[in-house]
Amino acid sequence: MPNMSQKKNPMPVQDPLVRARNFEEVALGYGEATALDEAARCLNCKNMPCVSGCPVNIRIPAFIAKVREGDFEGAYRIITESSSLPAVCGRVCPQETQCESKCVRGIKGEPVGIGRLERFVADWHNEHASAAPERPAPNGHRVAVVGSGPSGLSCAGDLAKRGYAVTVFEALHVAGGVLMYGIPEFRLPKKIVRREIETLRGLGVDFETNVIIGKTLTVDQLFEKGFEAVFIGSGAGLPRFMGIPGEALKGVYSANEYLTRSNLMGAYREGSATPILRAKRVAVVGGGNVAMDAARTALRLGAEKVYIVYRRSMDELPARREEVEHAMEEGIDFRLLTNPVRILGYQNENDRRDPKNGFVTGIECVRMELGEPDASGRRSPVEIPDSAFTLDVDAVVMSIGTSPNPLIKSTTEGLTVNRRGGIVVEEATGLTSKPGVYAGGDAVTGAATVILAMGAGKTAAAAIHASLSDNA
Amino acid sequence: MYRITEKRSLNPTVTLMEIEAPYVAASARPGQFVILRVDEEGERIPLTVAGYDREKGTVRIIFQIVGATTSALNRKNVGDTITDFAGPLGKPTEVEGLKKVCVVGGGVGCAIALPIAEELHRLGCEVHTVIGFRSKDLLILEKEFAAASDRLAVMTDDGSAGRQGVVTVPLGEWLEAGENYDEIITIGPLIMMKFVVATAKPYNVPTVVSMNPIMIDGTGMCGGCRLTVGGETKFACVDGPDFDGYLIDFDEAMSRSTMYRDFEAVRREEECNLFRGNE
Repeated sequence: MPNMSQKKNPMPVQDPLVRARNFEEVALGYGEATALDEAARCLNCKNMPCVSGCPVNIRIPAFIAKVREGDFEGAYRIITESSSLPAVCGRVCPQETQCESKCVRGIKGEPVGIGRLERFVADWHNEHASAAPERPAPNGHRVAVVGSGPSGLSCAGDLAKRGYAVTVFEALHVAGGVLMYGIPEFRLPKKIVRREIETLRGLGVDFETNVIIGKTLTVDQLFEKGFEAVFIGSGAGLPRFMGIPGEALKGVYSANEYLTRSNLMGAYREGSATPILRAKRVAVVGGGNVAMDAARTALRLGAEKVYIVYRRSMDELPARREEVEHAMEEGIDFRLLTNPVRILGYQNENDRRDPKNGFVTGIECVRMELGEPDASGRRSPVEIPDSAFTLDVDAVVMSIGTSPNPLIKSTTEGLTVNRRGGIVVEEATGLTSKPGVYAGGDAVTGAATVILAMGAGKTAAAAIHASLSDNA
Repeated sequence: MYRITEKRSLNPTVTLMEIEAPYVAASARPGQFVILRVDEEGERIPLTVAGYDREKGTVRIIFQIVGATTSALNRKNVGDTITDFAGPLGKPTEVEGLKKVCVVGGGVGCAIALPIAEELHRLGCEVHTVIGFRSKDLLILEKEFAAASDRLAVMTDDGSAGRQGVVTVPLGEWLEAGENYDEIITIGPLIMMKFVVATAKPYNVPTVVSMNPIMIDGTGMCGGCRLTVGGETKFACVDGPDFDGYLIDFDEAMSRSTMYRDFEAVRREEECNLFRGNE
């Protein structure tokens, strides 16, 4: 008999006012009893609508059925048939617009908490399982993966499970890409990312850090070294700035830099070798998940006041609802329909050596209203005349997107990129214009989600397998 | 891990090291840089490549001991390893087709200017060089520059070696005397490069400057190394580090370079105390 409660079991979380001052994980995860209760809400639909909403097609009803039986390890095995990073996806996937949006239970009441169950299963496995994963028999083929973010890890994992010798090349000093440098500890603890990477190592995946493909080695050199296919998952790249006055002032960061200093380099820890400005008042410009991460990081770094400055309204704000709610509970001040026009800085005209010179003191904004829908159907924001005002802040974090990194395309002949600089691929395979070279993730699409990147890595792995096993 | 195969003190504040890094050694060219971390908890710092040996697979770095990280690096010895050494990053200095160039280096910047002067010399370019230091004690690489240059001026602030004065003095004299350079290439403190550009401007000689701003990843991800060049935002790590000196906003770059001055002063102090405690 299914559990007919219309509500999902709530996710236990740290108290908002406590968590806003620490870097511990916000969501604490289901316990066994809660997981069993939530699993019982699944109707085990024959046509499995939820699976069609999953970019990596996890057999969702099947894993939930295992949870219901109390066979958590069995559930884990079903998830990992399709996903290389279950503990990560259970935390950062936007389930509400994917699997859970298709759940029949969502028609009347709340959908099954698929993401929360996935996280429970992965965490249970990481806590209890001791056996190293079985290493598949080598098939004699070698594949290079460029970048160790979600798309690269997913591609590497799928290939390794099929017996390929996979080497992942990472430009930074640790593997994990955006999971390590971008998503903060309080949303995705780094030990979980390291654990998932260890699992891949256990499958035989080799990681080479400090290798920048396009600089240290070129894609063509990878083929010369004997790799038969190359997957490019190099991520999004150069941060965008608004082009307004004052963006070079001290205290203006891109979200990438701000988050990298805190997450990757550990600048949030006392005694860190890497500095970060401990600002008291911070404005984060932008409305995506990255903006939420930056704002909540600022709070945890000791800010007393943190603004989100976004030029459209809450309806258009692209971040996940859950992240927005968490941010609001923690006290982030959302200034919607607000657009920065200039960043203000301190300048002592009488003393050019004043150490405060050149530091941010505020951000001047104008109020916006939504005009007529444009060609894309979105109502574009229009400035309200004479509405300028200033927010007093000592740091500004620009979180308005990225443009593709030029390093690989500028050194790889025969690789076609689109108008925006994204690598052009065949959708069904991830194959680029260059034979043997596949790509996926933000390097192709521009900034998107972890799970879409993983889906692209998976697609490419299947295509690489089809191509190389045909040639064998 | 990357092993140190040679270490030499060039003066009390400047050290040369050869680091075993075969990938970097195989593809590095003059003007490019590396990012290194000394140890597991260390920060990432950029250092410009001062030379490489493709056969031995080693890369030469020359650094000034200015902060906690360079102090920690300087305490490493031959046979020790450092945790990370990634590169080569940035675009190489463009030397092709140049017939006559004036290279102007200041302080530890001379370490980076040398491989460029040597490369130009090797390509048959006429090389005039000005190198400047605070005093004789800090003078480095004079012999090497003499070997790579058709004309060399050594300057010190206090006159304890070479001529007394700043690097723009001989540069101005040579330009005034009618030397026609295809290009001036300058590497050193921001303030020096700013004045080299100002000296070159009346003669309209193209002047390339090598920028070394604060950066983290060095691969075009963080945006911390941004500069205003001709009114546009550029990233030193992927668009540079060399830029047209006439277009650089030096005042802005100088201001940005001091962003963490307080933090660095504290860390340097801690590092020194720690080191004393160990002795």
